Amino acid sequence: MQTETKARVDQLNSPAGHPVAVLRYEGDIASTSKDAVLGTYQSLPKASTKLVLLDFTKVDYINSSGIALVIQMLIEASNSGQKVYAFGLSPHFTKVFTMVGITKYAGLFPNQAEALAAL
Amino acid sequence: MKEAKTTSVEVRLPSRLGYEKVAMSTAAAVAKLMGFKDERVEDLKTAVAEACINAIEHGNLLNEGLSVGVVLSSVDDALEVKVIDDGKGLKTLPPKPDIDRKIHGEEDPRGMGMFLIQALVDEAEWVKGGNGRSSYVRLVIRLDKDAE
Repeated sequence: MQTETKARVDQLNSPAGHPVAVLRYEGDIASTSKDAVLGTYQSLPKASTKLVLLDFTKVDYINSSGIALVIQMLIEASNSGQKVYAFGLSPHFTKVFTMVGITKYAGLFPNQAEALAAL
Repeated sequence: MKEAKTTSVEVRLPSRLGYEKVAMSTAAAVAKLMGFKDERVEDLKTAVAEACINAIEHGNLLNEGLSVGVVLSSVDDALEVKVIDDGKGLKTLPPKPDIDRKIHGEEDPRGMGMFLIQALVDEAEWVKGGNGRSSYVRLVIRLDKDAE
């Protein structure tokens, strides 16, 4: 019933020249998304990945279990000295992420261009 | 005096994660028919989804032999949603989640559902069923919230 979560990684450079790992998600972000959300993040080389950008443009449904996976990623990123940012959330999920406090640890941007420009 | 007209819609879900989306879609359809704005429909969808997930996971303990009942009742300017399971109900409401404590490993990263429900609808109450069964959460979302 839940749409399978797909994830892929793009390695980009910000206009300022910083390497950025972009994790692009597609489908639902729910309890079944652990491999896609955390597994994909954990596959990034810790030493060379300092900036992580999450692309939610093709995500329609995020529930509290999915939010918990994002928080687990933020915990690991914090412990590894990485910075996490996100873009492409709908206005509703931007509100939800703000309500639960994720914006304190992950900057949100409307789109990829604005996110990269800030990094 | 004008009498309030009540319209009810009922859905029964299997206790399987993912089926909360059926209740979400139904609640959204009813809310749209009542004239709720898109933003409020999205709030309702998330609140209903979280209530159903709690009922499936914690009320019915993922027992697929049990179902979750969802009753949507519209009365004039308000939509009431009851999500009913076969659990004993909550002893106490969990504390408000604290993102700082979560990030520092002092609190479980999970546990956002009930906070979201309370934050997104106008009323939320958890009611214990008699004989330790048929507990429910009752949500109310009002049509005129934006005008207040």
